[in-house]
Amino acid sequence: MSDYRKILRDGLWDNNMIAGQLLAMCPAMAVTASATNGLGMGLATTAVLVASNTLVSSVRHLVPSAVRIPIFIVLIASLVTLVDLSLNAWLHELYKVLGLFIALIVVNCGILGRAESFASKSKLAHSAVDGLAMGIGFTLMMVAIGAVREVLGSGTLFAQASLLLGPAFAFLELKLFDGGALLMVLPPGGFLVLGGLLAAKRALEAGRQRRGVVVAQSA
Amino acid sequence: MIGNHSLERLRPTIPFQAAMLALTVMLASAALGLADRATRQPIADAVAADTRTSLAQVLPTDSYDNDPTDDVIDARDGDVPVAVHVARKGGVPTAVVIATRARGYGGEIGLVVGISRGERVLGVRITRHAETPGLGDKIEIAKSDWVTSFAGRHLADPEPAKWAVRKDGGAFDQFAGATITPRAVVAAVKRSLELYRREHATWFALRKPS
Repeated sequence: MSDYRKILRDGLWDNNMIAGQLLAMCPAMAVTASATNGLGMGLATTAVLVASNTLVSSVRHLVPSAVRIPIFIVLIASLVTLVDLSLNAWLHELYKVLGLFIALIVVNCGILGRAESFASKSKLAHSAVDGLAMGIGFTLMMVAIGAVREVLGSGTLFAQASLLLGPAFAFLELKLFDGGALLMVLPPGGFLVLGGLLAAKRALEAGRQRRGVVVAQSA
Repeated sequence: MIGNHSLERLRPTIPFQAAMLALTVMLASAALGLADRATRQPIADAVAADTRTSLAQVLPTDSYDNDPTDDVIDARDGDVPVAVHVARKGGVPTAVVIATRARGYGGEIGLVVGISRGERVLGVRITRHAETPGLGDKIEIAKSDWVTSFAGRHLADPEPAKWAVRKDGGAFDQFAGATITPRAVVAAVKRSLELYRREHATWFALRKPS
């Protein structure tokens, strides 16, 4: 269905939470010092995003617009706390790896952004798919930023992936070279890499548009 | 059931808005309260299991036959509350593990310091922390073997002035991009050794071995 295609396209590329809307800068700068951390944050955020979009969409007719923001914030913060407590209690090993990230999800304005700009106006199924698409798009960007920073900054790729995903994924861990530019691991590296990736995205889109124009003229 | 029409009329009124906000907050608080009750015991169990594991990591296996997780004295190091786990063999104290905390970059760092009766560090492990992923989290044994550099140290090795990170003229490495975290850990280990020297006689006299 074209509705869902548009939602997926929006989440993954056109309106990507980091590269399109420039939201979620806090986690995008703070935890992308390695690709594995980006992936962990991305996965945890995706889960919360799907749940919060679903919840917000299902109560959208009841919520008065004047108090919608505090209500959404209460819902999102409670959801994150519930995830935090349940993981700590019943998936303690995973919690020890992801626990660091979960509290940070609350400060991800992208989640409130989706609640406000999409889920509060859209059907339940659309909102859930939007949460998933936005989450995956976010995860891909987090991994991309993390991978570039990790390779340039530490000379490794997906270091400690087996802690996050299990020993079966130890093959992902690559050691490319020793040392690296410390700057890339520090916060400025996050801004540099994000800037580079944004420029690349724009260049790609501009190139595609130009080609599109040429094709249209020659037709 | 309220029809869509009357809901549309109610929605912009202030009492309805206040009631909805109050209802949301009440439901959220109730859900969090229930979740806290349901998870408190499993979390406590998981933390106790973690403590057992980290105690086992800083005590040589043949040095004790009691369960140091339960053989615990509540003590204070200045204004920091610490738990002192006593390892005994045949009832005789052989070592202690001091579970203390340090103030790191991202909040509190929990660590356990195993100390032998000869005042040597048997091992140090970090039990919890919120340091920056990729930088300060190298204090975890899973991410780096930095924390093993304490094993075998005592208050005269390195000399007291050198109980610091290299940047401060000390003997312990810091990490690229993170100095506050290792600095806090080094200081906490040193404090634990000093606490042991001051207090161990009291601790060992405190509880008659059963």
